[in-house]
Amino acid sequence: MPSTSYELTHLEMLEAEAVHIIREVAAEFERPVLLFSGGKDSAVMLHLATKAFAPARLPFPVMHVDTGHNFPEVIEFRDRVVAGLGLRLVVASVQDAIDSGLVVEDVGPRATRNRIQTVPLLAAIEEHRFDAVFGGARRDEEKARAKERVFSFRDEFGQWDPKNQRPELWNLYNGRHRKGEHIRVFPLSNWTELDIWQYVAAEGVELPSIYFAHTRRVFERDGMWLAESPWATLLDGEEIEERMVRFRTVGDATCTGAVASTAADVNAIIEETAVTRITERGATRADDRISEAGMEDRKREGYF
Amino acid sequence: MELLRFATAGSVDDGKSTLIGRLLYDSKAIFEDQLESVERTSAERGDAYTDLALLTDGLRAEREQGITIDVAYRYFATPKRKFIIADTPGHIQYTRNMVTGASTADLALVLLDARKGVLEQSRRHAFLAALLGIPHLVVCVNKMDLVDWSQERFEEIKAEFRSFAMKLDVHDLTFIPLSALHGDNVVERSATMPWYEGSALLHHLEEVHIASDRNLIDARFPVQYVIRPQDQTNHDLHDYRGYAGSVAGGVLKPGDEVVVLPSGLTSTIQSIETADGPVAEAFSPMAVTVRLADDVDVSRGDMICRIRNRPHVGQDLEAMVCWLTAESDLRAGTKLAIKHTSRWGRALVKDLQYRLDVNTLHRDEAAPSLALNEIGRVRLRTTVPLFFDDYRRNRATGSFVLVDESTHNTVGAGIILGPTEVE
Repeated sequence: MPSTSYELTHLEMLEAEAVHIIREVAAEFERPVLLFSGGKDSAVMLHLATKAFAPARLPFPVMHVDTGHNFPEVIEFRDRVVAGLGLRLVVASVQDAIDSGLVVEDVGPRATRNRIQTVPLLAAIEEHRFDAVFGGARRDEEKARAKERVFSFRDEFGQWDPKNQRPELWNLYNGRHRKGEHIRVFPLSNWTELDIWQYVAAEGVELPSIYFAHTRRVFERDGMWLAESPWATLLDGEEIEERMVRFRTVGDATCTGAVASTAADVNAIIEETAVTRITERGATRADDRISEAGMEDRKREGYF
Repeated sequence: MELLRFATAGSVDDGKSTLIGRLLYDSKAIFEDQLESVERTSAERGDAYTDLALLTDGLRAEREQGITIDVAYRYFATPKRKFIIADTPGHIQYTRNMVTGASTADLALVLLDARKGVLEQSRRHAFLAALLGIPHLVVCVNKMDLVDWSQERFEEIKAEFRSFAMKLDVHDLTFIPLSALHGDNVVERSATMPWYEGSALLHHLEEVHIASDRNLIDARFPVQYVIRPQDQTNHDLHDYRGYAGSVAGGVLKPGDEVVVLPSGLTSTIQSIETADGPVAEAFSPMAVTVRLADDVDVSRGDMICRIRNRPHVGQDLEAMVCWLTAESDLRAGTKLAIKHTSRWGRALVKDLQYRLDVNTLHRDEAAPSLALNEIGRVRLRTTVPLFFDDYRRNRATGSFVLVDESTHNTVGAGIILGPTEVE
């Protein structure tokens, strides 16, 4: 806690800012929801949200957009956290969207379900009439994200218009919208990957085991270690091998790569993160390599 | 580790994006994959050298046109501080973006080209930084390599800028001669300018004292959200009522005698709580939960403050407003929604007193309206009383935004000068 010098550390500042944003949403919106994938950013965001309302419970549900290509450790973690906090979980299923013909899946060994997650996400927002959707995205992740507001307006089609964003000044957030429109809210906008890990260490935030170094059956593709899974098809020349790895991000199992690492605890990960020379998305997200504007294009369509 | 937020203003020609790219690159905040991507794009465009501006210009349109359109936020850290950069476009048509980026900044970097000296836009950037109450202004005299690292030229620019800045409310003004392209005086002190005795830019950013910039005198606690657990299973929480919010000024302590505005009811702070337990005091910008000793009626939008140190309470105020939209303009009679701290109301523009020319500071009292990017002094009447301070005394309780009631867009940014004087 702060001393009498009236100074806060950067983590205390970031926490205060995030708590302020989360409370603002609870006060001004009727039906907020918090996106919870079980990944580290959403785990930190949920931790902050529970702190914002203590000793009361979280006044809104959480939602998982489930690609169907999950790491079992992450689903186990998700369910345990949700049960422990007594939360209501909404699952928006990509598989259901495919089965009902709402969306057509790409085919081929390099196909991923990443882009088509947008469809069940927007369908769930519409079905549940969510008016504010908390996301764990950070501005340091990607250059299109660097331009996004904390309160980011989405039209009735869920679209983001990067050239027509509302000015956002001081900490005066404008969440006004018409029926059918919604606001994406990013309380972790100003956090970096290193801040997340330092906060995880300081607060003892629990994470899925796949973030820590473990032995896994993997294969190398495009300079990344992809996990062996029922959905992965090996290409010519690719071979399964056992490696000591950890995941820096958690997404769809078919396009989230692991990095070679022996960092088995949070402190070791902080040391690794502080000296790494590759961004987490560059190292681990096959889908972000599509083009210079891959993220901007997906976000325009309503992606996270 | 402390956090410093700074805003940059300057045009593409001043080398602003190059300077930021340089700060990030030399402080190792740029990753190999980002650099490879920039090198690739630069090579494809046929640039003579790797254009570090591509690191910050994130939108497709920005890369295509080679300009910065929107505010971009960038992050880097040294062992001493964590930095958040609000990188804003410098052209007059993007004044609103600069105002946005400057609103939360502790420090502003104004860039100018050593060959061109103090231009109209440098004066505008300095004026906006002062208007937005940024406590520290650093003037980076860039492209010193193109004036043969001339001390004489640097001193000339410094003197000219100083004479202009005297008219502004700037408390801390620093000048640094540098070359963003070559990295001189950015991270390391440069051997090319031995006559310069100050710090390199990064060192200055690490050392500038910001802790005393906050208001620690006037206790202000806008109530953001009322926490009522309503937990049937836990009887201890049955009567729990906590007022959650972020401290907007001063220091709050348990035992303080306080008044709740607008009701005027008084009570005592029983405790100040966080999820980590009670705290002995709370100050800006801590997010806490205040509990009062008495069962008084308090709701969102109310303000808790000390009995003998109250903000202005009223519905008539004077403010400088920057107009942020091309869809409409502001004129006497315009009605808008207003958000001030955690309070919403409606506001009527009673009078536009003058429009300010942000380049010359000339006041045009005959101006009928404010259009996009224009700044003027207005008188407002609000439907509900606001609890406000002069912006120069407290940025958190002295600022507001104006929202169009039909489009819901944020259309104005307001800086409170004080209550309207009764004539």
